[in-house]
Amino acid sequence: MEKVKGSIAIIRCLKEEGVKTIFGFPGGAVIDLYDDLYDSDINHVLVRHEQGAVHAADGFARVTGEVGVALLTSGPGATNGVTAIATAYMDSIPLVILTGQVPTPLIGNDAFQEVDIVGITRPCTKHNYLVSKAEDLVPTIREAFHIARTGRPGPVLIDLPKDIVASMVEFTEKKPIRMQNYQPNYEPHMGQIEKACKEILKAKQPVLYVGGGVILSNSNEELTELAQKMKIPVTMTLMGLGGFPGRDDLSMGMLGMHGSYTANMAVAKSDLLIAVGARFDDRVTGRVDAFAPHAKIIHIDIDPTSISKNVAVDIPIVADCKHALTAMNNWLDSCGHNLNEVAATHTPWLETIGEWTRKHPMGYLNEGEIIKPQYVVETLDELTGGDAIITTEVGQNQMWAAQFYKFSKPRRLITSGGLGTMGYGLPAAIGAKMAFPDATVVDIAGDGSIQMNIQELATAKQYKCPVKICLLNNNYLGMVRQWQELFYDKRYAATVMEVTPDFVALAEAYGAVGLRATKTSEVESVIKEALSIDNVVLMDFRIAREEGVFPMVPAGKATTEMLLV
Amino acid sequence: MKHTISVLLQNKPGVLSRVTGLFSGRGFNIESLSVAETLDSTISCLTLVTSGDKAIIEQITKQLHKLIDVIKVTDISESEYVEREMVLIRVKAESTTRAEVLRVIDIFRGKVVDVSPKTYTVELTGSASKIQAVIDILRPIGIKEIVRTGTIAMARAPKK
Repeated sequence: MEKVKGSIAIIRCLKEEGVKTIFGFPGGAVIDLYDDLYDSDINHVLVRHEQGAVHAADGFARVTGEVGVALLTSGPGATNGVTAIATAYMDSIPLVILTGQVPTPLIGNDAFQEVDIVGITRPCTKHNYLVSKAEDLVPTIREAFHIARTGRPGPVLIDLPKDIVASMVEFTEKKPIRMQNYQPNYEPHMGQIEKACKEILKAKQPVLYVGGGVILSNSNEELTELAQKMKIPVTMTLMGLGGFPGRDDLSMGMLGMHGSYTANMAVAKSDLLIAVGARFDDRVTGRVDAFAPHAKIIHIDIDPTSISKNVAVDIPIVADCKHALTAMNNWLDSCGHNLNEVAATHTPWLETIGEWTRKHPMGYLNEGEIIKPQYVVETLDELTGGDAIITTEVGQNQMWAAQFYKFSKPRRLITSGGLGTMGYGLPAAIGAKMAFPDATVVDIAGDGSIQMNIQELATAKQYKCPVKICLLNNNYLGMVRQWQELFYDKRYAATVMEVTPDFVALAEAYGAVGLRATKTSEVESVIKEALSIDNVVLMDFRIAREEGVFPMVPAGKATTEMLLV
Repeated sequence: MKHTISVLLQNKPGVLSRVTGLFSGRGFNIESLSVAETLDSTISCLTLVTSGDKAIIEQITKQLHKLIDVIKVTDISESEYVEREMVLIRVKAESTTRAEVLRVIDIFRGKVVDVSPKTYTVELTGSASKIQAVIDILRPIGIKEIVRTGTIAMARAPKK
């Protein structure tokens, strides 16, 4: 058996898993590992704050589908990563987070930069480990990658005491991992597939409700086949956008609190709701008892806990979306029915849906030279053909990006859906750009959120990572201000950003390029210029300050009770 | 409704905290919890008593099973099962009540495990309701201290 230094073993394990890029920030507890990384061909990206490291690894994971890796030191390094770990956990993103820990004899002694990060992250990781024995190091790293990427993916944290990383460990041969206690189920139950397909054949007003599971399982093609073959209209959650082509006639866009009128009406009137890799989140359902009240519900999800958690379902299918959709497509193809005839029976339904869209299209009021944020996103969509990688911050900017950018492919919208983490967009954009250096990567940002991780401009600059920032600047914490306008008598408590930096000057201080548009007629030329510059560019769009995101379903209301303007 | 759930889990540091954290984090209720290793020292058996409607119990069992260190989850109250709890009760035993205490203990098949001039310490096992019945009867006599283990349970073996 070969013996190597712990830090060397870690690096070898990373390479075994195909890791080429990691994101991190050094410190005393991980200095041995950094010393050996210095000689390795793993590309390490030095961020400016640990939250940025984990978000960048998360962005990397979302665009590639691979496991993202972040390396943080003990104590504050680890706790700074917690928000980003929780972000990945809520959106089921595969990550391995390596944290340094004080040497094993000091654990529990309140040593310098000691924190119980395994205890802290237990509720926001898929699993976590404290490696307490040298012989556990290599098997733990392998198991962590296995857990992160299989089943419903998620972040896995490994806490690495300094003495173990510096000790000699056995580098055992890699074998297929079999865990008695962890065996996710990928294959659907065929009886359930048959039941589901029979309902699809019967339905007159079916709707496909698609979530992030379709993206995570790479089953967009199988989904598109099912939708087009059976002529079933599709609505996507925030996490599902890109799972079905946004420009397709069957696409109704996003549903839920800021979803399209069409999507919310279609769900409310449907007789069959086919939920694929979605989890009936409160931002999607609104008042639960009024959600799809007339529909039978089919629910495909790899995680049994998602099923019947918020909404009781009629036909649960616990399986990987790709396997389940393939099985459904095959069953339908060989069931003996003329599928074209079945699909044709949906024509009146599709006409009703078309009528809703004609009456209440996703739109906004044009106000001449006052820049409308929706127009900025629309213009970006046109200039990039719906094919750029878009990351977002959280709030109004995120919703306008979701509503007005027509994502043509999966893994193009990179956004913090479940946790709603402000400050996500810039570091995630850096991670995405590191994965695909030739892709256009744009962070659609707000002036509130961007300041939560603005320091990562330095990271982008240092690694020649020319991401573009499309800043929808209204000097407000806009989403909360919108709620205050609508529900709190316009009492703008703590949402007015009385001091904001000159973002153009700020960008330039970091060696990036700053551009500004204050009139609608300048928007297109600013975006074109930004896309043509081979540098980090921050576009400061001074938008209509009190523009709101609509439609909007007030919290606790039925999704048909939308405010339209 | 009360449910008794039996959980087999890896006998590793922090596992109990994963279980209790799940219950507190998701607002589930734990009425009692008891855990010890099985014949295989790498595996522990945890018995917990909880309550909730069908949907909540379904979530509890699924969420428990989702924990990586959990091997098996069984809602044993869904079938025939045996449950036992143990209690140690220190009860006042003065000259006027000593005989009565002994009679009560005898009725419930308990035994005295420690004696002092003014107290008996009594050990009893049984279902949670039997333990409660003993407590209710001894309370007027004067219970000075009480320690309960929480319920452990096992499904009944098939009769054929």
